[in-house]
Amino acid sequence: MNITEKIIARASNKNTVSPGDVVFADVDKLMVHDVSGPGVIKVFEEWSKKGIHLENVWNPDKIWIAEDHFVPSADRISAENITKLTDWAKKFGIKKHFKYGLGQYGICHTLSHEEALVLPGEFYVGGDSHTNTTGALGALAIGLGHTDIAYAMMNGRIWLKVPEAMLFKLVGKKPAHIMAKDIILKIISEIGTDGANYKTMEFSGNAVSEMGMEERLTLTNMTTEAGAKNGVIEPDAVTDEYLRQRTATSYRPILGDDRHYLEEYTYEIEKLEPIVAKPYSPQNGAVARELQGVEVNKAYIGSCTGAKLEDLRSAAQILKGKKVKIRTEVLPAAQSIYIKAMKEGLIEIFMEAGAVVGPPTCGACCGAHMGILAKDEVCVSTTNRNFPGRMGHVESQTYLASPLVVAASALTGKITDPRDVSK
Amino acid sequence: MTLKGNVHKYNTDNIDTDVILPGPYLKIHDHDELSKHAMEGIDTDFSKKVTKGDFLLAGNNFGCGSSREHAPIALSHSGISAVIAPSFARIFYRNCVDGGYLLPLEVQKSTLEQISDKDTLEIDIENNQIHDVTNGKKFSISPFPPLIKKIIDCGGLMYYKE
Repeated sequence: MNITEKIIARASNKNTVSPGDVVFADVDKLMVHDVSGPGVIKVFEEWSKKGIHLENVWNPDKIWIAEDHFVPSADRISAENITKLTDWAKKFGIKKHFKYGLGQYGICHTLSHEEALVLPGEFYVGGDSHTNTTGALGALAIGLGHTDIAYAMMNGRIWLKVPEAMLFKLVGKKPAHIMAKDIILKIISEIGTDGANYKTMEFSGNAVSEMGMEERLTLTNMTTEAGAKNGVIEPDAVTDEYLRQRTATSYRPILGDDRHYLEEYTYEIEKLEPIVAKPYSPQNGAVARELQGVEVNKAYIGSCTGAKLEDLRSAAQILKGKKVKIRTEVLPAAQSIYIKAMKEGLIEIFMEAGAVVGPPTCGACCGAHMGILAKDEVCVSTTNRNFPGRMGHVESQTYLASPLVVAASALTGKITDPRDVSK
Repeated sequence: MTLKGNVHKYNTDNIDTDVILPGPYLKIHDHDELSKHAMEGIDTDFSKKVTKGDFLLAGNNFGCGSSREHAPIALSHSGISAVIAPSFARIFYRNCVDGGYLLPLEVQKSTLEQISDKDTLEIDIENNQIHDVTNGKKFSISPFPPLIKKIIDCGGLMYYKE
């Protein structure tokens, strides 16, 4: 079994599972945020009307809450969602509640790895589609809607169908101008936004082993955009070191053996060029150099996909000592990352370049707030989706790209390959 | 169970959740309020056009993108009882079934081409058949997998006994 099958087998108390099996599996960890949290509360309210009452959550210590989409509250409804969520969490004894403006807070998926909330070998469900991100830690991490999360919160388990798996072997030495975002955009451009529908996307190969954890997280984060049920990378020494810096909790990693995959793909990383996904789909990949000259109005460095510390370091490397030509926003994905970036001098680089540096929040990624786009505005962004209306007006446009490409484009006001930035 | 209603056809693949229920409305959880914004990303008149019991017909990978349950809720409360498409995104599919909001009905791609906007359909769920009353043609629906069928028959995951 591969790692995903093994984790499902363990969680469902079976010796083996095969693709197509439908099982109920015990959940190790569960997350909601300030959209899915109130959504789940609403589900429980509806169930109550039908006589099904939540007396207790199955295990309050295995649940955490993030506040990320509509914070800081820009209107009354958002503010009331936060107070409702806070009261509910308190009532059910959920202590790991990362409150906006109180210590550590930020985007849910970023917290999952920054705070080591999920460990290798665990089955983790999150009330957000980019829960796939956390699979880079060697966990089974899947996104679910409000009803499924409510069920899991009540019962500590949920049904799932064992997925087929696709293996992506990344080989060769990664050039300095290529980031994980380029690799995954290339993959999605070839398999499509439903190319991994209902399947596992697993990554291996020397290029993965040589990648730091944050770059690996970018790969698994974007598997959501290929329709994948989960994205996963087997844990190794890099995983252990990343977690050692964040937690003293021990874990028993699960690795695949006698691994089977429906399809296997090999990508020679040295041959890749920086890629952007053109409007209006993450699958609409094109070589950045071939789009030189395409004008952009805004550069956005944010989201669980593209505002981790490595992402900020990459952008800062390009922007250092220079001035942006277009409106540029940088929103670190979590407060701990914001602080580390500050201590490394990155925040000063962004501000001296003329960019606005904002608080950790999902922000404009999903069209919520913090810089949404008007009609005909064109944004180049480190985020994960560019469907019509994603970041604002239905006739705005977003090009998805790596932090290197976004930073380079911020300097010129046009889509720019990072190699073409004048020194 | 037989359903009868009219078709609202959007002959596009990859209709995603940002189109079905745009991001700014995610702070709303009231079902009736959400229904006013169903499909707003592609058709601002959608919710006004739908009569209770109507069907949505769309291309591949319907509902791709986010896990937002607001998407099937908005469609369901605007009056749609079933979405007919060649394929569905997985979280959207689960939300429809487990939440008891909508029936996701999978059909052949060729079926999409033979049903027109505003056609009247009779859908026999038990026998997995669509009868297009307007043009007389009949089409098959992929049978639901066993667990999905049980959850649908119960009315949603909350009623399902493991």
